[in-house]
Amino acid sequence: MRLDWEIAKRGWRRYAAYPWATAAGVFTNTIFGFLQAYILLAVFRHRSHVGSYDAADTVTYVWLAQALIMTVYVFGWQELALRIRDGAIATDLSRPLDPQRYWLAFDLGRAPYHLLFRGVLPFAVGALVFRVHYPSPLEALAFAGSVALAVVVSLGFRFLYNAAAFWLLDIRGVMTVAITLNLFLSGMVMPLTFFPGWLRSIAHALPFASILQTPVDVWLGKHHGADLAGVLALQALWAVVLLGLGRLALRGGARRLVVQGG
Amino acid sequence: MIEVEHLTKEFVVRRGRLRRERHVVEAVRDISFHVERGELLGYLGPNGAGKSTTIKMLTGILVPSGGRVTVAGLDPSKRRVELAKRIGAMFGQRVQLWWDLPLIDSFELLRHIYRVPADRYRTSLQRFRTVLDLDPFLHTPVRQLSLGQRIRGELTAAMLHEPELLFLDEPTIGLDVVAKQRVRDFLVEINRERGVTVLLTTHDLGDIERLCERLLVIDRGSLIWDGRIGELKERYGRDRLLIVDLERPVPPLEVAGAVVERVDGPRQWLRFRGPAADLTARVAAATRLVDLQIAEPDIEEIVRRIYAGER
Repeated sequence: MRLDWEIAKRGWRRYAAYPWATAAGVFTNTIFGFLQAYILLAVFRHRSHVGSYDAADTVTYVWLAQALIMTVYVFGWQELALRIRDGAIATDLSRPLDPQRYWLAFDLGRAPYHLLFRGVLPFAVGALVFRVHYPSPLEALAFAGSVALAVVVSLGFRFLYNAAAFWLLDIRGVMTVAITLNLFLSGMVMPLTFFPGWLRSIAHALPFASILQTPVDVWLGKHHGADLAGVLALQALWAVVLLGLGRLALRGGARRLVVQGG
Repeated sequence: MIEVEHLTKEFVVRRGRLRRERHVVEAVRDISFHVERGELLGYLGPNGAGKSTTIKMLTGILVPSGGRVTVAGLDPSKRRVELAKRIGAMFGQRVQLWWDLPLIDSFELLRHIYRVPADRYRTSLQRFRTVLDLDPFLHTPVRQLSLGQRIRGELTAAMLHEPELLFLDEPTIGLDVVAKQRVRDFLVEINRERGVTVLLTTHDLGDIERLCERLLVIDRGSLIWDGRIGELKERYGRDRLLIVDLERPVPPLEVAGAVVERVDGPRQWLRFRGPAADLTARVAAATRLVDLQIAEPDIEEIVRRIYAGER
């Protein structure tokens, strides 16, 4: 536990070392928030609901999505893949530490940094300009838990497609597919409730919804009681499944490992 | 400390896009050797000879295709994590420290990874700070360190948990003379004073000559020499070079008991064995000599001869 805490601290510091990257990210997220908010609001000129969302839900969704974009790391992450590709994985494996445990702890240190420094400011700007929905204390608490689970699911997924590097070395192709799937099916581009019924069912059956749509819906109070417990349990299940698959991939990959670069 | 018996590693390489052909490459082929506790030995070989592959099998990162390896009484690939606590490894060309963080951050994290008790960590770090003079850059991010500083950091990182056995892959690569000397002094100290067994892979023959008593030489996957450096010189180093400066350029001299190895203008290099006086007399009889010198083969020359296949 102490070790995980120490690793997590380094995860935080690693990203805190580059404040200008953070500032640039906040700026970009804010601009995109306005863009997406005005585009989606245009839809509500002619109707009061799309799926289960009204205009306030939708605007809240937009700013939450921008606020969580780095926290749940929807875009490409290839730190593990690069270590496999350039052979640095040899260093990782020569230490008495499981690489998956390392990256999970590191990511759980990174995520709060991004939530605080990439998330709070864009959301605050959005909340000033638009009318957003605020959660009840209980919903806020559930939201915090849901975001934490989302980070683990996201890391599980990223670890898995990075592990493809054991077989492919270059994962750019795999990563492009992974990001595209994740952007659409997590609800990053558009809330899943906007999808036609059949696609919505598919999206909710996949792990991607657990990465973004679930925490957003928890904030919006779309789940109550047993239903709320159910979606959180589903997130936890996906976390376990993806981490388990990542573990298998790591074991298989390490067995066929050819360490690059001498 | 290390026991290696008939160790072999094959890699399967696939070539071609449509009809993929399988080629089996033997990176290490039937190697056997033993290393006693407290030895400091050099592991030498040209690029691609199989040095790093051997080390990766010794640390458990690669699984051998055949043969048997025991390191510190453990089978490395089966008990990698357990072994990792007792050995240290440093690869001169790789960054093992955390790139974006201050050096001290890497040390603190390694202390937790290896579960070094706080008081032992403090004494250990204090010693490295003195011996390797780390204080001026202890709080500098690793990405801003010079190569020499970084290598000193890497050595500390490999040693903080006080391993019994240390694998060093090109620890002095790219370092200037002063930095090299500092690293060498440090290695001698930990070996002599603390009894740490060191296996050193290098292309730097200065490292070998100053540090190692015993040498393993590997070429194309096979062990072609295992013995003391003195014996190596004895066996491969009996030939000497007579370097003569003549009045003017002439075709390679033909004298009994010597072979001309190289000609550069009026200077010629003659390789010979036995007393120099007789040969010098014969050369002087054949042509007019301006100057001459005799060169003993250094380790570099000897290794070149071994690689060239002179057995």
